[in-house]
Amino acid sequence: MVDAVQATAPHGRSPVNSVQRRKRRRQWLPYVLLIPAIVMELLIHIIPMLIGVVMSFFKMTQLYLGNWQQAPFAHLDNYRLAMDFNQPAGKALLHSFAVTIAFTVLVLAFSWSLGLAAAVLTQRPFRGRGIVRTLLLVPFALPIFASVITWNFMAQRDTGVINHVLVNQLHLTQGNPFWLIGGNSFVTLTLVVIWRTWPFAFLMMSAGMQSIPADVYEAAVLDGAGVFAQLRRVTLPLLAPVNRVLVLVLFLWTFNDFTTPYTLFGDTTPVQADLISIHIYQNSFGTWNFGTGSAMSVLLLLFLMVVTGLYLFFVNRRTDSA
Amino acid sequence: MHEPNWFRWTRRVGLFVLLVFTLVPIYVMVSSAVKPLQDVQGAFTWWPSHFTLGPFRDMWTTIPLARYFVNSLVVAAASSLASVLIALLAAYSISRYRFRGRQTFSVVVLSTQMFPGILFLLPLFVMFVNISNVTGINLYGSRLGLILTFLTFTLPFAIWMLIGYLDSIPRELDEAALVDGNGPLGALFRVVVPAAIPGIVAVAIYAFMTAWGEVLFASVMTDDSTRTLAVGLRGYATQNNVYWNQIMAASLTVSVPIVIGFLMLQRFMVAGMTAGSVK
Amino acid sequence: MRLNKTATAAVAALMVLPLAACSGSGATKGSSKSNAGVTLTYWASNQGTSLDNDKQVLTPELAKFTKATGIKVELEVVPWADLLNRVLAATTSGKGPDVVNIGNTWSSSVQATGAFLPFDDATLTAIGGKSRFLAGSMLATGVAGQPPAAVPIYSMAYGLYYNKKQFKAAGISSPPTTWDEFLVDAKKLTTPKHWALSLEAGSKTENIHTAFTLSQQQGGSWFDSSGKATFNTPQNVAAIKQYIDFMQTDKIVNPSDAQYSNGTEALKDFATGTTSMVFWQAAQASLKQLGMNPDDIGVAPVPLPAQLPAGGKPVTSMVAGINLGIFKNTKNKDAAIQFVKFMTSTPEQQMLNKTYGSLPSVTDAYSDPAFQAPNVLVIKDVLSKSAAPLPQVPGESQFEKLVGAAMTTLFADAATGKTVTSAQIASALAAAQQQVTS
Repeated sequence: MVDAVQATAPHGRSPVNSVQRRKRRRQWLPYVLLIPAIVMELLIHIIPMLIGVVMSFFKMTQLYLGNWQQAPFAHLDNYRLAMDFNQPAGKALLHSFAVTIAFTVLVLAFSWSLGLAAAVLTQRPFRGRGIVRTLLLVPFALPIFASVITWNFMAQRDTGVINHVLVNQLHLTQGNPFWLIGGNSFVTLTLVVIWRTWPFAFLMMSAGMQSIPADVYEAAVLDGAGVFAQLRRVTLPLLAPVNRVLVLVLFLWTFNDFTTPYTLFGDTTPVQADLISIHIYQNSFGTWNFGTGSAMSVLLLLFLMVVTGLYLFFVNRRTDSA
Repeated sequence: MHEPNWFRWTRRVGLFVLLVFTLVPIYVMVSSAVKPLQDVQGAFTWWPSHFTLGPFRDMWTTIPLARYFVNSLVVAAASSLASVLIALLAAYSISRYRFRGRQTFSVVVLSTQMFPGILFLLPLFVMFVNISNVTGINLYGSRLGLILTFLTFTLPFAIWMLIGYLDSIPRELDEAALVDGNGPLGALFRVVVPAAIPGIVAVAIYAFMTAWGEVLFASVMTDDSTRTLAVGLRGYATQNNVYWNQIMAASLTVSVPIVIGFLMLQRFMVAGMTAGSVK
Repeated sequence: MRLNKTATAAVAALMVLPLAACSGSGATKGSSKSNAGVTLTYWASNQGTSLDNDKQVLTPELAKFTKATGIKVELEVVPWADLLNRVLAATTSGKGPDVVNIGNTWSSSVQATGAFLPFDDATLTAIGGKSRFLAGSMLATGVAGQPPAAVPIYSMAYGLYYNKKQFKAAGISSPPTTWDEFLVDAKKLTTPKHWALSLEAGSKTENIHTAFTLSQQQGGSWFDSSGKATFNTPQNVAAIKQYIDFMQTDKIVNPSDAQYSNGTEALKDFATGTTSMVFWQAAQASLKQLGMNPDDIGVAPVPLPAQLPAGGKPVTSMVAGINLGIFKNTKNKDAAIQFVKFMTSTPEQQMLNKTYGSLPSVTDAYSDPAFQAPNVLVIKDVLSKSAAPLPQVPGESQFEKLVGAAMTTLFADAATGKTVTSAQIASALAAAQQQVTS
């Protein structure tokens, strides 16, 4: 805790009053600093979220969209429908869930690793570093619609560059495979999201590495540490505060990614790439049934809260015992 | 500092592979932007059948590209600046102080990242409409509503990341500033912020790009005059034709200022701002 | 603390605001008798070659309306990708345009929300009377027996478009009228380098439209008389099997078509001569714009089975089109009705439908020679004689999404080499039916 320093009385006021004033200021300052964030969060996030949760307990279908105050109370019906894993709706939700977990883990693992690798490789200055860094961030700079549409373009079976290279030029496989439908669609989706996400991990970790003072590295080198040892003993531990947050947020962000599959697959997402966000979208906007969509969202929220809670518990335990 | 040779070669190969992975789609975009329409609708060719700058000319009229571009710039810049500022205050509070409700705030803010964005859409829209009915401030169909929405979307992440960056800045810096007679806010802006510039810049970039690329909310909350690029670009996919070449041309054109911005911000991602300032 | 109190008060105020909501649907009376000086907000759909093109087409027409009535119209052309979401948002919040275009298949769902002004007898008389409209198009305006939620302004139907030049080259003298003839012709046209038929097999809407038509021919239906979903019936299964067999068994469709989902690719293939046939709605204008030689464009009704099975109907298309509706919440009801009257007036119907390549939805507009061209007459014939509306029940949109999604998945399976059997189709339909929530 940053203690206010006992100071000499400024401007002729008595010492006791100024210390009291500073103490009082110290007490409410943190809250004041939080107010803008709290206001915005309540307005845009918390209240709509609560409304969404409330919607899940009502039969909010097209019949009641126009006058939602009259929607009938649905008890737990929406939840029962979503969680009945013997019925198609529940099965589809479970499947979508599994696909999303696999997708998120893969994207997270690759994006983080590539981001770390690139950050380490560009940590020390070399000729052209600024250009390389900028180029690597370009996917991030492009409008999502354009870059994802480009991938759709590239993945077309007959006219796309992926098959052009794989089949016509490298002869790696026969008979143009499909990349946008069928089993491969999962691979394509994962690849596109990694392509868009890893520069971001790179950006965040690069920034974090900049605040590691050079003398810590020098000390390690003097101790005889090679590149990997430096990474293990200096970089990663000092990046821990940044990484702690980065990994968690990348996980949540990737798990809930809507824009990429929506743009990549257009109107119809293949079953093998049915991410939970698209699944919920189609079960609410697609069928004009916002009660079920909200119920699924709440289930999603509960799941993610549990995961996050566990993550934070383990992470904090490790830092406490360090 | 001496770098082992193998490291230098690993760097060259590693960065080369990453650059290829990153840039092949970019090449597809660039080459498609100078192809005539038939080229982009048929089988892929690495090289255009003939170069044409037609797409760069037509793209301004197929959709009102200039207007959408300005809208996107204004919304993204405003929301990212506001978001970073608010997040900085909140992150400083959480990083430097222990107070009741600190954990609650962090957890609640984090939980907003777990709710699918699509389910915010209708309640948020309804709220905006009600606010405008009660107060007369028009939030839907206006840039202000979009700015408020985007700044809040990026806020949780911005707060969390800034907490992380601020945590890695030693308290001694703050204390030194306070000894010098600054109040806590003075310490924040005079000493801590300069030390956290790389992190702040990274978060600002994230906030800007999130606002820049958001499609779903922008599609519902804007009308023709306030539409952003992310939504507007879809207008190139019309009833009969998808004007791929114009999409690519437009995307490249609007990305150029962004990339230039990245280049300029490179300087702030450089070390050296903290080293030596703690005596 | 004073500050905390202020903060708490602010928070409380914010929480109360959304609860102090005006109700979602409250009709406000129309204003003054004379509507001059009123401004209507109109959301038009994208019917032309681009959003800008729509603006250029509509603006002079709207100017005519303003000149005649003094009512100004603020036009916004909304892309299809956004239109439904925006209509939903407007419905839920009560805040939207005065008049809006909708796809006619949305009519029953929109009607169920109660957000659109019903066109009761009085309103219909005010715009010229129900009898002016094409009977077929009027069927696609909402649940039978209830006043329409919106009135048709652009009408369309599916036809079998075929490439006359390629037909002649293959020695086919006239377009097929039965499915047997169709398959014979298609197999003649299919060579190792050329496919006979292109399908927009990745698009939910295209799949649904065709499945509907084929199911009608088999005597199937998707909802029973009480509005309950009846997806999994032998007739529906047979219809979908016939459609998927084009790709997997008859092999007259390129498996890559299973990727086609944005509503343009199959037509593009036909226009460029890559394929010889396509099932499409009123494509004449689009094909010309895509560069196809008008002399090569032939159109015939979609084929029928040589022998209609028991209960089968001679339906070759669903009733397609765009309807114009009025939001119940409009503050300018009279002006909005005047606008609908204007848009459904004969001169406007002729002018707009000529430009967009669709068909007028009022009978007296057909006197214009533009609608006498042979290809146009074919579609008009289909519309009046062999077109049926999609089920006009509130569950219709779910039918589109669920069965449409099931069909695109089945096409994807067929394209990637798995064989799709009738049993699989049946279980997919059963699963879809399970997910219909009323």
